[in-house]
Amino acid sequence: MLACLIGYFGDFDLAEEATAEAFAVAAQRWPGAGMPDNPGAWLVTTARHRAIDRLRRDRVLAAKLPLLAQQPQEAEDVMDGPPIPDERLELVFMCCHPALAIEAQVALTLRAVAGLTTEEIARAFLVPAETMKRRLTRAKSKIKVAGIPFGVPVASQLPERLAAVLAVVYLIFNEGYGDANPKTQTSRGPGLAADAIRLGRVLAGLLPAEPEVLGLLALMLLHDARREARFDGQDLVLLPDQDRSRWDWRQIAEARDLLDHALLDPALRARPTARGPYALQAAIASLQAETPLDWPQVAALYGELADRTGSDVVRLNRAVAIAEAGDPVAALAIVDGLDLPGYQYWHSTRAELLRRLGRTAEARAAYREALALARTVPDRRFLERRIAET
Amino acid sequence: MQYALLIYSKPGAAEALSADEREANHREYLDIKKLPGVVGGASLHPVESATTVRVQDGQTLVTDGPFADTKEVFGGFYLIEADDLDQATAIAARIPAARIGGSVEIRPVVIDRE
Repeated sequence: MLACLIGYFGDFDLAEEATAEAFAVAAQRWPGAGMPDNPGAWLVTTARHRAIDRLRRDRVLAAKLPLLAQQPQEAEDVMDGPPIPDERLELVFMCCHPALAIEAQVALTLRAVAGLTTEEIARAFLVPAETMKRRLTRAKSKIKVAGIPFGVPVASQLPERLAAVLAVVYLIFNEGYGDANPKTQTSRGPGLAADAIRLGRVLAGLLPAEPEVLGLLALMLLHDARREARFDGQDLVLLPDQDRSRWDWRQIAEARDLLDHALLDPALRARPTARGPYALQAAIASLQAETPLDWPQVAALYGELADRTGSDVVRLNRAVAIAEAGDPVAALAIVDGLDLPGYQYWHSTRAELLRRLGRTAEARAAYREALALARTVPDRRFLERRIAET
Repeated sequence: MQYALLIYSKPGAAEALSADEREANHREYLDIKKLPGVVGGASLHPVESATTVRVQDGQTLVTDGPFADTKEVFGGFYLIEADDLDQATAIAARIPAARIGGSVEIRPVVIDRE
């Protein structure tokens, strides 16, 4: 009921207050007048009318009044009234507006679109509930005072703004996926990854013709399908060593269907956002689920992705694929040409290539550089083992 | 809603332009002033002409120049009427200073209710 009202008004406080008022009215009226035929709809409509009354007094949201004026005036009209429109897309674009700090975008999206409580979001990001509450309050207040619109951006801004929405969803996913060892993690990891996938499904339902929306959902499903196989106790298991029987093949098949649609459907292929970063990454992840792995094809996709993103991290991955395709010398030349001194995987990739080329002293030094930057326990354990073996 | 678009320029950026470019910029500023929704604004003389005033214990203290050294200098502002932040942003993005090393700060204006 709350989510429905937030979606309807795009104002969290308003929706929360109106809901509380509707329950208060019900508590007063129902014992005498009897319960209405459809109590749920009665509550929603009563809350909606309470909120409309507030909105009318609120000049900040005056632009929404023409829309609200079309709604029935009396709570008793409920059953004949028009269905409540789905305004989740407007809500998503408001929550992920670039004028909000990225942490605020993430928190608002989880609160309003995914329906998490403030306490759940605080737990997921390991901050005190009070901190998260303040963050949300500040964000809600900025939306109101700065006039951040509740609406889908104009066509000229849509690609950029949609990219911001997808970035928020992917950030939530990675926050949950990064160290989501199902054996050692509590509610943090898998919970957020699942929330992000749920958000991805909502977006795919609302924007079915956007290739990158489908690409992102496919990408998350593919990564998440391998979650159970990524750890052996405390240890990180690399892709080639993972037990494939523990992969979720149903989820992989679903992702491949989405990806086929994004890459092959003529209408979607014709869009300027076709073969974007998410679809390309999903295509790579899909290839990685195949045996034998087509490394030259993976390297080609990384090349296309690097051209689109200009990212050195992507070039690093391309080098790994080239090495796996059988050319570690060319791979090392690419890696040495990149400038990523603060990036753990640049050092560990160099180390791996040097080790394969028999340059063990240099390899060990590079592994140590990587270890100095490693943050998670599984990463550290993996690198320490490599140093001992090299 | 009413917004103030506060224009900060990078010192020297305008001087680095050719005479033609400067003239074109100037015309753009005038064109923006004529846009529907733009209700006011002003362009300020360079910061060298500034005087800072503070009042301490009832005494007016006047000093030369701005108080703080900043990388960007406040050079002027527009006052606009817009439906929402996106509309305000679209106007702000047309301000020449924003693309030659400066920036535009969008601040919603407080509406006094009598």
